[in-house]
Amino acid sequence: MNTENFIPINTLCQHYKLEISFFNNLNENDLIEIQLVDNIQYVHKDSIYEIEKMVRMHKELDVNIEGIDIVLNLLQKIDALQTELHNVRNRLLLYEN
Amino acid sequence: MAFIDYYKVLEIDKKATDAEIKKAFRKLARKYHPDVNPNDKEAEKKFKEINEANEVLGNPENRKKYDAYGENWKHIAEYEKANQGQTYYNQSQPHEDFTSYGRDADDYSDFFESLFGNRSRSHSKRHQYKGSDFSTELNLDLQEAYTTHKRTVTINGHNIRFTIPAGIENGQTIKIAGHGGDGIGGGPKGDLYITFSIKNHPDFKRDKNNLYTTVTIDLYKAVLGGEITVNTFDGKVKLNIAPGTQNGTKVKLKGKGFPVYKEEGHFGDLYITFQIKIPTKLSSKELELFTELSKLRTS
Repeated sequence: MNTENFIPINTLCQHYKLEISFFNNLNENDLIEIQLVDNIQYVHKDSIYEIEKMVRMHKELDVNIEGIDIVLNLLQKIDALQTELHNVRNRLLLYEN
Repeated sequence: MAFIDYYKVLEIDKKATDAEIKKAFRKLARKYHPDVNPNDKEAEKKFKEINEANEVLGNPENRKKYDAYGENWKHIAEYEKANQGQTYYNQSQPHEDFTSYGRDADDYSDFFESLFGNRSRSHSKRHQYKGSDFSTELNLDLQEAYTTHKRTVTINGHNIRFTIPAGIENGQTIKIAGHGGDGIGGGPKGDLYITFSIKNHPDFKRDKNNLYTTVTIDLYKAVLGGEITVNTFDGKVKLNIAPGTQNGTKVKLKGKGFPVYKEEGHFGDLYITFQIKIPTKLSSKELELFTELSKLRTS
């Protein structure tokens, strides 16, 4: 596999000063997807924004992995509800003068 | 700038211990942190306030001055700094008004910087952080949203030109990467989020990719049938009216609706509702003929 678009987990550990277990835990909870290439663990660079968000929650707010999972799920629900609200509002415009 | 009571901001008593201050800050930070309140300006503002309060009350030296001098504490600090030649708070902006900093989007990254300790006195390690995200709202009318076009917005004195894809929805937000606040410690710039507010059109209503309009036809065309020309966003279209068309009849013009967002060449449908105009102020001849028609119907 071409690793051009992937970032080694070790690099993330050094950058964020976190144990590798943190990323493995995220992976075990399906919060990130770790790819193994030649015995080196990678994550796709597109996932870095979400990873940074989880790192911030962990480091700044002391939220553990399970808590991060819950927060992300709730944020997804809020996002879906907001989208639905937008759609309903737009639909309502059909009946407003 | 009004005086901010940092104790009130952190919802603590003036006699709170350092541990209680820290606990209160952590609790409020969890509640108002931007990562758990995306696109929430109020939460963002509140988070800045609690961070600011923590900067002051979380530092025993600052707290002492704040307790002693209240809203004038920063001036005392500046005075002391001038006399003692010490750098006190913000080395790069020594005359910054402490209680008013962090009030606009430009200062947001400073806020994060201080949160993570880059600027604080007790921390020396540097981190790289993405700059703050900016957000703005842009008004469009339905006709503008119909076509892909370029727009320029001015954010903090910078003109940013970007493309608005056809089919953008009311309330939809697009991200312009790299046009937010500067990164911290060499981190990447934040992003710009633009939310669109699309005004109603007098003749057309939109529901996702479909358009709805009402077309008035006269009684004779409704009864006898014929051809009419209707306006669409794509120009004028000729339409056959079937004889005996009823008031409220709906027809669908496939592909004459709104463009599907980021799917070039794909369009929704246009739904036309016919409204039949009943003639008023009939001449005596018309009245005579209608009466005759009526008799024919009832006989």
